[in-house]
Amino acid sequence: MADEKKDVSRRDFLKTAGVATGALVGGGVIGGLIGYNAKDGGNATKEGERSGGRADQSAGSPSGRMFFTNDHDFNILSEATERIFPEDDLGPGAIGLGVPYFIDHQLAGAYGNNEKEYMQGPFYAPQATQGYQSRLRRKDIFLQGIHKMEQEAQNRFETSFAELDGDQMDEIITAFQKDEVEMEGVSAAFFFRLLRSAVLEGAYSDPMYGGNKGMEGWKMKGFPGHQAAYIDKIDSEDFVEIDPQSLGGHH
Amino acid sequence: MATTLDKVDVVTVGAGWTGGIIAAEAAKAGLKVVSIERGRERGTEDFLRVHDEYRYAIRYELMQDLSKETITFRNKRDQRALPMRTMGSFLLGEGLGGAGTHWNGQTWRFLPYDFEIKTLSDKKYGADKLGPEYQLQDWGITYDELEPYYDTFEKTAGLSGDDTNPFAGKRSNPFPTPPMKKTPILQKFENATKDLGYTAFMIPSANLSEAYTNPDGQTINACMYCGFCERFGCEYGAKTSPEITVIPTARETGNFEVRFHSNVVEVLHEGGKATGVRYVNWMSGEEFIQPAETVVLTSYVMNNAKLLMVSDIGEMYDPKTGRGTLGRNYCYQILPGATGFFDEQFNTFMGAGSLGMAIDDFNGDNFDHSDLDFLHGSLLTMTQTGVRPIATNPVPPDTPSWGAEFKKASIENYTRVLSVGSEGASLPHRDNYLTLDPTYKDAYGVPLLQLTYNFTDQDRALHKFITEKAVEIMEEMGAKQTIGSNPITDYDIVPYQTTHNTGGTVMGADPATSVVNNYLQHWDMDNLFVVGAGNFAHNGGYNPTGTVGALAYRAAEGIIKYSKEGGSLV
Repeated sequence: MADEKKDVSRRDFLKTAGVATGALVGGGVIGGLIGYNAKDGGNATKEGERSGGRADQSAGSPSGRMFFTNDHDFNILSEATERIFPEDDLGPGAIGLGVPYFIDHQLAGAYGNNEKEYMQGPFYAPQATQGYQSRLRRKDIFLQGIHKMEQEAQNRFETSFAELDGDQMDEIITAFQKDEVEMEGVSAAFFFRLLRSAVLEGAYSDPMYGGNKGMEGWKMKGFPGHQAAYIDKIDSEDFVEIDPQSLGGHH
Repeated sequence: MATTLDKVDVVTVGAGWTGGIIAAEAAKAGLKVVSIERGRERGTEDFLRVHDEYRYAIRYELMQDLSKETITFRNKRDQRALPMRTMGSFLLGEGLGGAGTHWNGQTWRFLPYDFEIKTLSDKKYGADKLGPEYQLQDWGITYDELEPYYDTFEKTAGLSGDDTNPFAGKRSNPFPTPPMKKTPILQKFENATKDLGYTAFMIPSANLSEAYTNPDGQTINACMYCGFCERFGCEYGAKTSPEITVIPTARETGNFEVRFHSNVVEVLHEGGKATGVRYVNWMSGEEFIQPAETVVLTSYVMNNAKLLMVSDIGEMYDPKTGRGTLGRNYCYQILPGATGFFDEQFNTFMGAGSLGMAIDDFNGDNFDHSDLDFLHGSLLTMTQTGVRPIATNPVPPDTPSWGAEFKKASIENYTRVLSVGSEGASLPHRDNYLTLDPTYKDAYGVPLLQLTYNFTDQDRALHKFITEKAVEIMEEMGAKQTIGSNPITDYDIVPYQTTHNTGGTVMGADPATSVVNNYLQHWDMDNLFVVGAGNFAHNGGYNPTGTVGALAYRAAEGIIKYSKEGGSLV
């Protein structure tokens, strides 16, 4: 499976390669580009404890749903995000960080509706270099993708996706990554890329968006969030550890 | 039915760097100026909560609303061009300040070689070293002629730098402010390049090392190294931008107005003269005609070319015959580089958009190309612009792209990776050009601009060469693992590369191969000026804004002169 990931990633992400691997010139994509060379499995992690995920909600928190109407779909999304960014000894995974709620909120708004994007037809199948050409909006792609993941789970294991073992979930996610699943109006590989990006966005965006709960994503990564200035620290020869700060806690 | 407004002396399309510079200079000279800007008013006070990677860097808060207008793209002529539906390869700006609000601020002068590239290359390496399909041409202006305008722009910007680049063109004045801090990361690059026999120097920076008041009386503050520059506005007013310099300068004259939410859809003309512009206020839906003595196109590369095309001004470039000039010589850049993985942690999350060091040993014609299969080159840099956690997830090769191993490696390496970067020059090719799309339209019913572009053999050879140099430097810096860029194949509009698009409305000395003369005055219409990176006859191995600013000051001088004397300026 891992070698398959490697191949897929080359095709999907290194196509252009005009970009220095991992380079940040001009700021951008990118850090992860090198990483798309996947090799050994490594996806099968132990099931850790999870907090604040799935369909549980508590009053007064961002953990409410604006987009997903039923628990079933939301639980599938939650489990898939956790496979992409699992809890480990470094800290919480996607569910613990509130990533499923982040994605839910985003799908309900400008992101899910492609508000700032050119959505006029006609629509044609693109060359690989021409990018997003679907008539579907992201909210429709996510919902369809989740339904297809469930369908794959039923076809392959006669079990709901959310009830599968980690390895089985990974098999299905990898099938999407490799574009082996048929979707309508969009490719499975494109859905996978959207999903993967959304997970990282939820893990590391400001907690005011509903993910990165307790700034735990930033704490794991050593990113201090919103800091006014580093002018008195940037000359330091040593790595400087700084308690992160959120825009949300800054009124 | 359009409402016709009172005539003004000068109308500019857009209020970014070029529109702002022309507005400031023309308004100071007593001309009445209106800038028609499709975006919103904005300024430093809007950026107090700007440290939000998701909103600004990932969801492109400050960028053009593509639902209204985008471009179409294909790699080559036998493909169907399709719309760029989401932002990707480059980031188009919108609103007061334009792309000058969200830029990094790395502000260069092109090399003397750039402006005479055809003459000098032919002389040294024989005619058409690259072959006739590469449409190299001189710019119709020399470095020495442009130097005073570079000087003016640098003073407006308060540029921070040192004057130690041995390959730079002659300067009439030192940098207005001292260089930025030479951080430990930059020192590492300086030491490695020195050991290799190269000369590193600080990147000229429009994030200022100290507070500075420019000749127009506008103050730019000192940079705080907060690490949120490119794709963001500056909450300190410490990144030189149009809205804190030339726009207030223009406004203080009382001769200047910016009209917001107003999208120009056509340049009007009659009898070989521009008469004004037609625009739509997209809030009210009303259509207006703004008559003007002089019309100046100061929007981005793409839109300047498009407005000329839809207004039927000039001869469209035809790649089959090589005839025509409008849309010709579209260029971009390539970004070879090397990524190094270290055991030690660096403060990579701190930084500033222009904080960095560079070497020019492999830029322009600073090295001999006799035995090489390409021309020109690239600067090589180590920048510390502030890496942010959503976009930056570096992992070594052979790591999965998701799951437990990915998570661990991307967190581990977030502060343990440095990159040597570059901006490889892009030379014009017969098959790379701009035209109008036959199918897709913008929100106003006007055709989208169509881009036909692919990397060339020149690009591939240069990319390989510069990658090798980058790897050499990174290894000298002591990385435990160094990964060079993958070779380039086809240009892909999806991943972000660089917002250094050039050409399409090229300047020159010959109307057969250029759209405007060296005052950026249209060859066919004396009272029409077209200003921006679209004027570049090719793209150099640097960020373009320094040269764009210099050209805008040159055009402003021409516009003022034209207002008094009329006629062709050359």
